[in-house]
Amino acid sequence: MDTLHYLILSMLLFIVGAVGFIVKKNIISIFLCLELMLNAVNLSFVAFSRQLNQVHGQIFVFFVMVVAAAEAAVGLAITIVLYRNRNTLNVDDADVMKW
Amino acid sequence: METAFFYLFGGIALLSAISVVAQKKVFYSAISLIVCLCSVAFLYLALEAPFIAAVQVVVYAGAIMVLFLFVIMLLDPFSAGILKDKNKYLAYFAVLLGAITLALLLPFLRSFSGAHTTRHTGFSTDEVGSVKHLGQVLFTEYLLPFEITSVLILVAIIGVVVLAKRQRRP
Repeated sequence: MDTLHYLILSMLLFIVGAVGFIVKKNIISIFLCLELMLNAVNLSFVAFSRQLNQVHGQIFVFFVMVVAAAEAAVGLAITIVLYRNRNTLNVDDADVMKW
Repeated sequence: METAFFYLFGGIALLSAISVVAQKKVFYSAISLIVCLCSVAFLYLALEAPFIAAVQVVVYAGAIMVLFLFVIMLLDPFSAGILKDKNKYLAYFAVLLGAITLALLLPFLRSFSGAHTTRHTGFSTDEVGSVKHLGQVLFTEYLLPFEITSVLILVAIIGVVVLAKRQRRP
């Protein structure tokens, strides 16, 4: 199977995630779309790792997963604090720093 | 064989990814994302990366998504689920932008197509993704990033405990 097919699939997954990131209003949905984009990038890392016959791409995937785990934990803690203080999950309601 | 495997699990991954975005309720989005992550793990198996596939299922679909589901159920799922998305105009605009990105990237990606370019690594092809080789490279060449990663995790743990602790009302 050609690397190109995996790259196209990875790109499609990334674009779906990016579209969801723009469209969604709920902060947890936005986190889910973020995970989807990270996952798409991981897929292209592994595809390149096989094409070049080197292990470095897989090690990068390992690090990306660690960072994704840390990011999800901190992000969800922030979500809980936001819900506790504002009683909302809508990102449009948390716009104090916008203006 | 591998072609059928790719189209089966790639199709499942793509459909469930679309389902993540299309679902109205957050809970169903999270379940769709679990399906997507598991089918990508099968694609990792096809790409001769069994360790990454196992980590994908255990850490991603296991730990991280359980954390997500826990938070979704902890907060009120029904008030969270029926939030209406932003206006339709923005959704069409986002899909249009995605299509433009796709059209711009496709000719660029074609330059990567071709047979395996083998580099001399001292390992044969089926050894590259093995746990032994992965650990060997991770604990020699990437030792410093690995240690820094542990500090990152520690910072994340402390940050989460500080954030989620119930603040005392003054």
